[in-house]
Amino acid sequence: MSLRPPGGYLARMSESSGHRFHLNGAELVAEPDGCLWWPARGLLAVADLHLEKGSAGAVRGQLLPPYDSRETLLRLARTVGRLRPRRIVCLGDSFHDLGGASRLGEEERAALHALMAGCHWVWVLGNHDPAPPRGLAGEVVPEWVEGALCFRHEAAACPPRQVAGGEVSGHYHPKITLPGRHGSVRGRCFARAGNRLILPAYGAYAGGLDVFSPPLARLLGRSAEVYVLAGQRVLAVRTDAVRRLAGLDAARALP
Amino acid sequence: MPDAPPPSAPSLPALFGGWFAAKGWQPHAHQLDMLAAAAAGRNALLIAPTGGGKTLAGFLPSLIELAERPREGLHTLYISPLKALAVDIRRNVEVPVAELRLPIRIETRTGDTPQVRRERQRRRPPHMLMTTPESLSLILSYPDVPQMVGGLRCIIVDELHALAGTKRGDLLSLALARLQTLVPKARRVGLSATVAHPAELLAWLSRRGRADAGDVALVEGRAGARAEVEILETRERLPWAGHMALHALDEVMARIKGAGTTLVFVNTRAQAELVFQGLWRINEDNLPIALHHGSLSVEQRRKVEAAMAAGKLRAVVATSSLDLGIDWAAVDLVVQVGAPKGVSRLVQRIGRANHRLDQPSRALLVPANRFEVLECRAAADGVREMTLDGAPSPPGGLDVLAQHILGMACAAPFTADDLYAEVTSAAPYAGLARSDFDDVLAFVATGGYALAAYDRYHRLARSDAGTYELANKGFAQRYRMNVGTIVESTMVKVQLRGGRRLGEVEEYFVNGLLPGDTFMFAGELLTFVGLKETTAVCTRGGLGEPKVPVYGGGRLPLSTHLADRVRAMLADPSLWPLLPAAVQEWLRLQRWRSVLPRADRLLVETFPRGGKWFLVAYTFAGRNAHQTLGMLLTRRLERAGVQPLGFVATDYVIAAWSLGEPTDMDGLFDEDMLGDDLEAWMAESSLLRRTFRNVAVIAGLIERRHPGQEKSGKQVTVNSDLIYDVLRRHEPGHVLLRATRNDAARGLTDIGRLADLLARVRGRIDHRRLDRVSPLAVPILLEVGREQVYGSAMDALLEEAEALIREAMPELVDQDPAQPGLPL
Repeated sequence: MSLRPPGGYLARMSESSGHRFHLNGAELVAEPDGCLWWPARGLLAVADLHLEKGSAGAVRGQLLPPYDSRETLLRLARTVGRLRPRRIVCLGDSFHDLGGASRLGEEERAALHALMAGCHWVWVLGNHDPAPPRGLAGEVVPEWVEGALCFRHEAAACPPRQVAGGEVSGHYHPKITLPGRHGSVRGRCFARAGNRLILPAYGAYAGGLDVFSPPLARLLGRSAEVYVLAGQRVLAVRTDAVRRLAGLDAARALP
Repeated sequence: MPDAPPPSAPSLPALFGGWFAAKGWQPHAHQLDMLAAAAAGRNALLIAPTGGGKTLAGFLPSLIELAERPREGLHTLYISPLKALAVDIRRNVEVPVAELRLPIRIETRTGDTPQVRRERQRRRPPHMLMTTPESLSLILSYPDVPQMVGGLRCIIVDELHALAGTKRGDLLSLALARLQTLVPKARRVGLSATVAHPAELLAWLSRRGRADAGDVALVEGRAGARAEVEILETRERLPWAGHMALHALDEVMARIKGAGTTLVFVNTRAQAELVFQGLWRINEDNLPIALHHGSLSVEQRRKVEAAMAAGKLRAVVATSSLDLGIDWAAVDLVVQVGAPKGVSRLVQRIGRANHRLDQPSRALLVPANRFEVLECRAAADGVREMTLDGAPSPPGGLDVLAQHILGMACAAPFTADDLYAEVTSAAPYAGLARSDFDDVLAFVATGGYALAAYDRYHRLARSDAGTYELANKGFAQRYRMNVGTIVESTMVKVQLRGGRRLGEVEEYFVNGLLPGDTFMFAGELLTFVGLKETTAVCTRGGLGEPKVPVYGGGRLPLSTHLADRVRAMLADPSLWPLLPAAVQEWLRLQRWRSVLPRADRLLVETFPRGGKWFLVAYTFAGRNAHQTLGMLLTRRLERAGVQPLGFVATDYVIAAWSLGEPTDMDGLFDEDMLGDDLEAWMAESSLLRRTFRNVAVIAGLIERRHPGQEKSGKQVTVNSDLIYDVLRRHEPGHVLLRATRNDAARGLTDIGRLADLLARVRGRIDHRRLDRVSPLAVPILLEVGREQVYGSAMDALLEEAEALIREAMPELVDQDPAQPGLPL
């Protein structure tokens, strides 16, 4: 397995098809794979990698396909190869549990080292990985502040308008269901309200929490923007409109 | 009323003869034949219509044996597909036991049986145990099972026709194979309704898994009086499209008034709610009419069944939830609203009326649209001629085998050779390749992945002697919490605020509700208050247009046999006088404007309409195969450069529309579409994802329940779509993906049937290029835009969602001028 980022001029030139927006004055891009890109700083943020979630299940006898870490790292390597960040901030829950880092397979470990070698790597601690990953380099912090933005694992427990500065977090794995006439389309999404931005989970086995579920709804308030990961693109919609649309769609279901 | 036994038949022992006489009965010939089979120690398959004393015929040999030679221990095991049926049958068998004071203890064991009683049943089993396939698998997973079943003499499988060919049937067949190993002397008895191919059931019951093994006696009951099947000739205008048949409810109500008790069968739960509401709206006499479907709470359903049994109801509106079950002698009319879908299914439903052999059952078919008139006519002919649907059973599921293997490991260590020999004695697995068995075993033991990452974390440990055993005793508990092959989609409970639970609806439907929205459920108008964890809290009543829950996967496709009959009828005008005038007129117009589809050919019409070209193909392959065909046809049209825009499919017809004119029909319908195109589509299809989820749950890759879940309320399971994506990318040949493709080919995608169709029509396509829509194409065009396609969400339908959003709310489009090319 080669996780070496494809280098060169062409890779750097390729267009990002993400969604561009501003958070507390910083110009950011929500990438289609779920990373957050800050071009001015060369900073790439990624949340909830949940590496080795598969083997965490296997320890308990649930034998999930053991390919989740390599899948997650492959995806990250592609984006890193395209964007060439100077700094990568992992917003916590980077490993599914404390033993995760020591269960990494050889190839996956090499791939992670290769990714880390090219930039300044920051581990923000999360609830699944409250201690630094064993045997891995990188700076370990409870939160990372840079410019007008604060990167943390879990959003502060307050309504979006009380957020001081720009807040970038993970933890909640936001996802949304967009109703369509032929059934609904479900996808991971960024959720943004005011100065608050919550990143989608990046890990291959990381599930999702609906943006309308109470914990997320509390953090996002009545109306939030969501940037939905849809294949090669990102769709930007507002939650209040999706709510209305959901009602509208159910009415269509009447025979 | 019952006929006299043939002279050669054995007679009843005096005790039982006297009991029959006291009841004014004479034994049926098939009851005596079953006694003879038992006396000879043979397995037996009894095929008889309802009302023929079938259950008694199954139990009589055991009752006589235990009466003449009383003993302790489990003697007879009875397995029913329904918990409720197991309970009712126990009650029925208790009657002779009580009246003859026989020394026989009878108990039930289902998911509802308290833990304490289940423990006691294992230590001190009753003489007769009434159970379900799942509960039997559980029994077999305990290490002490040899003691419990050691004295077993007879295994009775009821409603065998409903179990064979399904995954529950697969599971049961494996359980019987294990029982065979534990107690080789136990006889197998199958009770079945009339079926098209008895040989399959003979094989299923055989100890060697083969119909020609000769170890199963076939006993056939006397056929009952022919059913009187009438098709409603509505006075209303016959609808062109739609499946609800609400136009005919006045006429249905009149029939209910004119009959003692009526069973009104419908095809979907949504239809049940609508028909029930519609009937009550015109129920001026306040007749007791009830509702019964699979999403209602068990208590609610049991209440309706009890009221029915007590003769307190005049009608029940029901889905397939009442297809099986205890006989209700009181029912004297069965109404089928909407298409019957298959002859066997219709026979089964009609059999729910008037369980007296010498009187005909009465049934009324109510077609909801013009094509359904044809289908009803064809089905009525099928019932008269007793030509039943019979697709050969698919081979046993590998996912079911995985579950069984884990269960066997819970009971005792085994060697691969022994277990393989045992498993292949079950008919569904008779053709199982050793390599497939080994792959499934490897999956159960270590996950079976090419990347040997989990050697440290196995579920089964292999001893030096080559036996497999459970690596951790705790896994047995988790196996037992997850046994079974019925996988429900994610459901949300429906509960009245501060009140009782009414049932469950699919999560998808609740996601579309806003507080204050009203919807119809359990025959009531409810207002949605909010979602509390996994419960939709509601209040009674409300304002506004109510929504009706849509349930996925509830609709059966039209059977192949019935489709053949419909095609034959269309092609033969001499049969038309049997049809309503409006339908005859419709077909005559079709013959004039276009041409009629011929039974041995495929008619394809193309015509322009509203700036688009429509292609309508009269394929009659059932909705599932048509959905697959639609996806593949769209790719073809794309490649032909005619810019397809969409398609819609019913059980009979498929219509696709495009900007350009499609011309080369032979190329479009070429069989080679089942090659690369199919592979490419299948890989992304949500139908495959859904199938994978079922396979993963049954095989034990994903656990539905786990210890401590109720306490923590936390989901520890991983979303099956995520697993599917990762596995497909990194190990496309994994045994669970193979199992998924096998299932999809015969289920939701119905590729087998599509392949048959394409092969049949090759070089036999009649293409009519018309200047406008033909009469026969009107119904399908009316479906455009109203069809609910289940589950094809991600299949290129993102665009659809976007278009909807744009249409409904243009202000949603992000205003950022730097991003003019945003997808919205």
